[in-house]
Amino acid sequence: MTHAPPPSVTFLATCVADRFFADACWDAITVLEHFGVSVSVPLGQTCCGQPAHNTGRREEATRMARHTTRVAGQAGAVVLPSGSCAGMIRSCYPSLLSRDTSLKNGSIRERGAEETSTLPDRVRELSEFLVHDLGVLGRRWSDSGEATPRLGSGLEGMRVAYHHGCHALRELGVRDEPLALLRACGARVESWDGDMECCGFGGLFSAKFPEVSAGMADRKLDSLPEDVDVVTSADGGCLLQLSGRAGHRATGGEPSFTHLATLLRRGLT
Amino acid sequence: MRSAVTAAARTKDERRQVAWAQIDADGWRDWARDLKTHVLTHLDDYLQQAEQSLAANGCKVHWAATGADACDVVVRIAERLSARSVVKAKSMLTEEIGLNGRLEGAGLAVRETDLGEFIIQLLDEPPSHIVGPSLHRSLDDCRRLFHERFGTALDASPETLAATARVVMRDEFLDADLGISGANFLAADTGTVALIENEGNIRISTSIPKVHVALVGIEKLVPRFEDLSGLIQLTARSATGQPIGNYVSLIQGPRRAGERDGPDEVHVVFVDNGRTNLLADPEAWEILRCVRCGACLNTCPVYRQTGGHAYGWAYSGPIGAILAPGLLGLRASMPLPFASSLCGACAEVCPVRIPIPELLVYWRERAAAEGLTPALETATMKIWATLSEHPDAFGVAADAVGALPLDAVGRRLPVVRGWMEERAAPQPSRERFLRTWSRKEEGQ
Repeated sequence: MTHAPPPSVTFLATCVADRFFADACWDAITVLEHFGVSVSVPLGQTCCGQPAHNTGRREEATRMARHTTRVAGQAGAVVLPSGSCAGMIRSCYPSLLSRDTSLKNGSIRERGAEETSTLPDRVRELSEFLVHDLGVLGRRWSDSGEATPRLGSGLEGMRVAYHHGCHALRELGVRDEPLALLRACGARVESWDGDMECCGFGGLFSAKFPEVSAGMADRKLDSLPEDVDVVTSADGGCLLQLSGRAGHRATGGEPSFTHLATLLRRGLT
Repeated sequence: MRSAVTAAARTKDERRQVAWAQIDADGWRDWARDLKTHVLTHLDDYLQQAEQSLAANGCKVHWAATGADACDVVVRIAERLSARSVVKAKSMLTEEIGLNGRLEGAGLAVRETDLGEFIIQLLDEPPSHIVGPSLHRSLDDCRRLFHERFGTALDASPETLAATARVVMRDEFLDADLGISGANFLAADTGTVALIENEGNIRISTSIPKVHVALVGIEKLVPRFEDLSGLIQLTARSATGQPIGNYVSLIQGPRRAGERDGPDEVHVVFVDNGRTNLLADPEAWEILRCVRCGACLNTCPVYRQTGGHAYGWAYSGPIGAILAPGLLGLRASMPLPFASSLCGACAEVCPVRIPIPELLVYWRERAAAEGLTPALETATMKIWATLSEHPDAFGVAADAVGALPLDAVGRRLPVVRGWMEERAAPQPSRERFLRTWSRKEEGQ
């Protein structure tokens, strides 16, 4: 009986998680390594370009897309602890890198390595990779040998509300994966009326239209089920928005806001 | 206002979900998208065919390049008839071109006969929703309004309010010299004007007055009479969650010899008002597929917060934000394309698959290219991109962000200020992940 070689992946931390969720990045790597994945982290990684894309700076977004494509390497899965950045790469890079970057001049450049990159097909949000590429949920029930690594039950009894980041949900089609992983680790995922509604982050939108953005966060926070221990999401941007708003309102008794990767790492035990 | 809008929008959105779950949603959307795209890519042919069909039915066809031209056509018809009063069916196109003000300026009494339009006409407010113009007003708002105007009780039931409006309108319907409507669709092969409604006021407005004028955006054409069936159902399911509107009027010309009911004259005014230019846009032309169902408004978390008036013109919500630059011009529409978190809920519900988030980004790109975005934002993004290409410098900048005492200085920093107005400062990690990772690698 032959064994497939352990998969190796490239990990892009994303600039938001690198700066604000450093622990979650380590947790994501711990989870991946737990399942036998060899993780490499290119030190040249910076920002995927989403802020520039969302503000209409196509030329700048394209430059950042080129850089990220070069950094991410030529083969193997590229895993991110963010649905939004993964969505940017999967759904926006092909058009950014194939069209001329300048709207003003219509010059046609030669297609370079970035244009023909397979990165958009290889990019994965963490839970997506764990469920679909590694099949970690199936392992739980498989009868393979004792040595097969599995999810643990470290979240037993924890009441979790899961916020679906819009881009994970709509650009990647990631919906059930994080919920199934959390449940497999013993968490009780509470039903949340507004779980698929936008939290109002939207990158610079949150600073350009602060009042509207905050109203959207309020709608999420006000509809949270009672007695939730933790609000979690695959996206750090959304968590900053929700926790920042909760901190501003300071109504007391707020749940903690924790990145999905951190909960999954706790779930291993 | 916010609670009225949120509640009404959510209810409509939930009804839409139920109605679309009953049909092959993807199949219907593909069909409708392809049909509208076909019309838009052969629009000149279908407009000519429609003109011939309408003329053969005895309708008079007018062409209006601008909103002002369209208003002039209607005023000239009214003057020829020495008309004094007009009853109007709900029409977003007439809101777009400001017809009511023009008619009133010409000395005509104008009565909106859709109940929602009736309410906002009394309040002298513009519509806040494509389908439910008075959606921002609560039942209690309406009770107070009707109490002041018509003396109904302050706790009158919705049925009583509707009955009161009906009594007020009845004489106006009978006295009106002119009935004005829009059109949901117009079949080119048979020259049929299709109108969907729930209250019956459109049927009355288009059949009792001696003259009916329908204002039709040129994008409203469909090739064949038989296409109407699917589009009428699709629009109703998207707009209100009904399988079909309570009334569907299919108007095929004026009263014929031997017929007892119907107008003596039917005029169709084809209105361009920027649509041809929009059609020529290589990206934004897809907006013209819109059937004005309002589904994107109902599902939009921004619309639910702001209501429709914040958008500043007839069309609000996601579709309003992408249509405004197309019809009013980009400069006049700022900052609408930016007033979205790009959550994508709108694209998910659009029955004709308009890629709304992509088009919001497209207008943003155009705005940035035309210098309509803040200079500071432009500079920041240029610096950000350059830093991103230089990882060492990017790392130093990211370290610096973490070292900023945001609680103390955040309110004085651009961009961060907007965040700090409504949120606590984000807490950076003690050390960035990439710093700790590289140290670990060096140690190995």
